[in-house]
Parts: sequence; structure tokens; C-alpha cells
Amino acid sequence: MPIAMPNLIPVMPELVMTGVAIILLMAELVIKRKETLGFLSLISVGLISYLLLGSAGTTFGGMFVSDGYSTFFKLIFMANLVLTVLISPKYLQTMRINFGEYYALTLFATLGMMLMASAADIIVLYLGLELMALSTYVLAGFIRYDMKSNEAAIKYLLLGAFASAILLYGTSLIYGLTGTTNLRDIAVYITHNGLAKNPLLMVSMIFFAVAFSFKIAAVPFHMWAPDAYEGAPTPITAFMSVGPKAAGFAVLGRVFLVAFGSVKTDWSVILIPIAVLTMAIGNILALSQTNIKRMLAYSSIAHAGYMLLGIIAGTPAGISSVLNYMFIYAFMNIGAFAIVIMLRTEGFAGEDISDYEGLGKTHPTAAALMLVFMFSLTGIPPMAGFMGKFYLFMSAINAGYTWIVIVAVLFSAISAYFYLRIVMLMYMKEPKEVIQLNTSPGIGLALAVTVSAVILIGILPAKVLALAQQAVTSF
Amino acid sequence: MPSEYLGVLIFLMVATAFSIGALVLGEFFRLRRPYAEKLMPYESGNIPVGEPHMRFSVKFYIIAMLFVVFDVEAVFLYPWAVVFDKIGLYAFVEMVIFIVILFVGYIYAWRKEAFVWD
Amino acid sequence: MVPLHWYLTLSAAVFMIGMFGFLTRRNIIIMFMSVELMLNAVNISLVSFSHYLQDMRGHILVFFVITVAAAEAAIGLAIIISLFRNKQTAHVDEMNEMKG
Repeated sequence: MPIAMPNLIPVMPELVMTGVAIILLMAELVIKRKETLGFLSLISVGLISYLLLGSAGTTFGGMFVSDGYSTFFKLIFMANLVLTVLISPKYLQTMRINFGEYYALTLFATLGMMLMASAADIIVLYLGLELMALSTYVLAGFIRYDMKSNEAAIKYLLLGAFASAILLYGTSLIYGLTGTTNLRDIAVYITHNGLAKNPLLMVSMIFFAVAFSFKIAAVPFHMWAPDAYEGAPTPITAFMSVGPKAAGFAVLGRVFLVAFGSVKTDWSVILIPIAVLTMAIGNILALSQTNIKRMLAYSSIAHAGYMLLGIIAGTPAGISSVLNYMFIYAFMNIGAFAIVIMLRTEGFAGEDISDYEGLGKTHPTAAALMLVFMFSLTGIPPMAGFMGKFYLFMSAINAGYTWIVIVAVLFSAISAYFYLRIVMLMYMKEPKEVIQLNTSPGIGLALAVTVSAVILIGILPAKVLALAQQAVTSF
Repeated sequence: MPSEYLGVLIFLMVATAFSIGALVLGEFFRLRRPYAEKLMPYESGNIPVGEPHMRFSVKFYIIAMLFVVFDVEAVFLYPWAVVFDKIGLYAFVEMVIFIVILFVGYIYAWRKEAFVWD
Repeated sequence: MVPLHWYLTLSAAVFMIGMFGFLTRRNIIIMFMSVELMLNAVNISLVSFSHYLQDMRGHILVFFVITVAAAEAAIGLAIIISLFRNKQTAHVDEMNEMKG
């Protein structure tokens, strides 16, 4: 019996991505100007985004699915990739790590994320997760001569490997229990056999929750995040704080709401404490940070906590508000990191929070942009961050989780202290020394895109939200 | 039926003839330029006697890493070979793509001088 | 024939040994080996489930786990080598460039 050729249309974006990444790796050997490679990857993103829009379908025997949900996440990954490539070249030159592998590895990492978003089977999920993780480990340690970068990479790698071992153990339990690794078949088996309150299912759900918590950096599995974020090259910190987190949420949503959808009361018991702890620890520890990258790391931990609310709500409104928030978060977070990158010049780290003193006087434009991103991260209207949080909290309230939303709002108020401290330092203090900004056309473009996205979505939130709602209908 | 094992017998004979033949031919054609390292029991540059806690060069790790990565890929060839006749051309094309991707990795390692010892 | 739960007990035991090793040891190489042990524990349980269920998926996943573990080891060793070049240690507690 010859096996028919599978339908390749749904995986076309991934296939093109693989091809481009391999071509970039080969081109690196001959091309001397590495910025060309970045330019090539930008062109390929255009092509892939075009292919994405016509890629709906299921293929490879139901292992791979391209639906609205995956496409929305893939668009976030594309935005993440484009913005990262735009903010990178100047930084790479300043740090003297201008190697072509950088661009190939970001493509491979994004490919892994795309596979995760489309995974309808735990085997594909695992492979996508590892492809993303392995590429990101290397990128985190990209400044080879720098002790901090090495340390970031090794800590990220050790805890990431630990998390994937836990994920696999959970997989093996669920496989033994249901006899399949397909998420829909698992769901069918669970409802048919009434496995609610089954201890083995409960244990495997705990394993899954722990593994995904590592990936999205949720407390108490967040220990790697501050170190990895601080030590990694700053564009990669921006990349890591959005891409793997979004991919983690994509698989978290799919596994818990599709495969374990019928036993929601069982797993919300696991996720609620994780969400509350994440918001608490993330926001409280961010208060005492003196390094801006570290502060943004704790802030990204806290944001994972907010987004978990949408998953816990479990309603279509909840999931769509997670998608919406992830989209907004990508722009505001990378925007903030772009400013951090601009402060880095040769021989000057510019990572200390006190370096922002008086930036409003010396560099008014950069300070104003930072103000927008900080307001958005706090959730102050009319920035996009406010709308994102609003929909997220509304969906949780409508699902009956009012007390968690009250907790979330309280911690959100605490977060205002450390975000607005930056704004205060920029505008209320006198400049200590004149700081040179390390600008480039790429960073300028990235900042223009992110700031207009943050303001536009803040004023006209309906468009993205409608897209997100449409994305989850096929879920 | 003993006749069913004829193929095995032929295979055995060809294999023996090939290995002996290669050794004999090599004896006639190879160059003999011995130097100190070459005459060591292990030609890998490792001194076979001495302290067991001796540190050895980090270069071995690079070779070992490359070996592990390329070696493990062979695990996919076995299941592929078992069902090859059932899947046909599609499986062949897929495996060719797989090998090509591995080959790209090999070219990369080679051009980055991962195989140069000094 | 050896019953299924023996294999599962073995797998759980090996997994626990690996987890314990990872959480208590502070040498990177040994922590790495502990993770490998955990992965192999998973492989044992996947293969035994696969045999018990007469289903090939478990085997397929095991093949992928083995390959990914090899890639992970290669990257891990590469990072350890570059770490060792900068700081002559393979001890996690001595990695304290960053705090907070």
C-alpha cells in the first residue's frame, strides 16, 4: 500500500521558513556583510506571512493543524522576528558579535514556535518546543567572550532541559492512559471514559503545567528568567521575552483547552495558584531591581501571570483576550527593549536604571517613546496595554473569577511604581552625564512601528480584538 | 531449506573477499612514512600510559559532539529501511531531503574548520 | 513476561533519581547527566506503554527524544566549553555574575 503524499499547503509557511533558514546558514559562509542576511530574512517573512493567510487545513494525519488560532500566533511570531531583526545589526556591531548564524538561529527559533502553535499532536509539540529552545539557548550565549552571556545560556539550558524532561514524563503518562498522543483523541478518550478526578490524569496535568510554566516563566518556575534575560544580548532578550512566551501560551491553550477541556475544574486548581503567585512575585521583585533588563524580566513574568487569567477563564472571550494581549505585549515590550539597546554604546552598558536620569532633557524623543512603552506596560489609558488588560480582566470576571481579578488589579497598581519610576527619573532628575544614543535606521523603524502600534491599538482596540475573536472560533 | 541461505553464503563470501582484498591491495599501494605519533598504539594523539586523571584537550569534545549529532541521525534510517518498500518514492524523496539537511550541517562544520586539528 | 507495572516502577525510579540528582548536585556536567537520566526514564516508560498498547507512537516519540537529547548534549557541551574558557569552573554556585 503506497502512502499518499500529504497535503503540503498547511505547512507551506514552515517549509519555506526551513528552506530560508538553511539557505541563510549556507550564505553565511560566503557573504561578508552580515546585514544582508538580516535583509534576506525580512524578505522571507513577507513571503511567509503571505503564505500563512492561505494555509488553513489539517495535514500529516491530523498531527499538524493550521487554523485561525495558530495563524494569529504565527503573525505575532512574524512581528517578533521582524522587530528583532530590525533592532539587532547595530547592537551586534557594537558588541563585535556580528555573525551570520544569528539570523539563521532566529529563523530556526521562530520555526520552532510556528510548529508549536500548529501542533495538534504532542510529538509535534515536543519537536517544535525543542527546536525553539535549542536555538534560543545558543542565542542567549551568543556573546561568547562575556561571562554573563555564557551564564545566561547555561542556566537557561539546564532548566529548559529539566522542563522538557518533565513535559515528556507527563506525555508518557497521558499516552499510557489514553493510548494516543493526538490532542483531540485525548479529549475524546477523557470524555468517553469519564476520567475526571482520575489521579493519573491529574499527575500528568501537573507535569504539563510545570513544564509550560517553565516556558512562559511563571512562578515558581521563573528562576531562570531574570538571569537569562540579563545576560543574553539585548535584542535576544526582547526576542525571548515575546516569542517563547507566546509559543508557550499557544501550547498551554491548546493542550489545556482542547485535550483537557472537559476536566477544566481539575486543572484550574493547578493554574490559579500559579497565576496569583506569578503576578505577586513578578511585580514585587521588580520593585527592587537596579538593572533595567532584570526589571523588564520580572515585568515579563508578571505579564505572564495576567495572561494566565484568560486561560483560567477558559471561555472563547478569555482565549481571545490572551491572543489580543500577547499581540499588544509583543509591540510594547520590544519597543521598551529597543530603547534599552539604544543606550548601549561601546564601553558603556547603559543597563542601569540610574542611566535614565535626565534622559528627558538630553534625548527628548527617546524619553517620550520610553514613556509611551512604560505607560502601556503599566496599563494606563489610552495606551494599548490598558485595553489588553481590560479585556483580559473582563473575560475573567465574566467567567466568575472576580477575586483573582481583584488580586491582579492590586498587583497591577504595584507595578505602576517601578514602571513610572523610570518615567520619573527621565523627567524629574538632572542628567548625570551626557549619554550618547546608538541609533540606526533599523531601530528607528522598529520604534516607529511599535509606538504607532501601541498608540493605535490603544485608541482603536476593536480591530485586533475582532481578529483575535475570529481566530478562536475555529478552536 | 538450506538453499534459502544461499544469499547469506554469497554475502559472507563477498564480505570476506572484500575485506581481505582491501587489506592486501593496501599493502601494495600505500605509502610508508612513519613518524613518532603515527607509531603510537592509538593514533588519536592521546598518550596511552600515564596518570588516569590527566586532562585532555578540549578539541576532543568538538569531535565527540560532531560524532554524536551525526551518529544519532542514523536511528531514523532503520525504521525507514524497514518500511521502505511499502511507502515507495515518497519515502525515498523524504529521506533524501533529510540527508541533504544533514549534509548542509556537515558543510557548515567543515567550512567553520571544525575538523582542523591545529 | 514481565508485567507492565514493573517497567513503570523502574521508569519512575530512574526519573526520580535523575530529578534528585539535578536538584542536589551543583556540577554542571553531573546536572546534565541527571537530565539525560530523566529522559531515558521517559524512554523506558514510553517504550513499555507502546509495547503494551501495541501502538507505534511511543516508539516514534522515543526516536525523537534520543535525537533531541543528542542535540541538547552537543549544545550544552559547547556552552560549557565557552564558559570554561572564560572562568575555570563547572560549578553552578560559582556562577554568580548576576544577582537580584
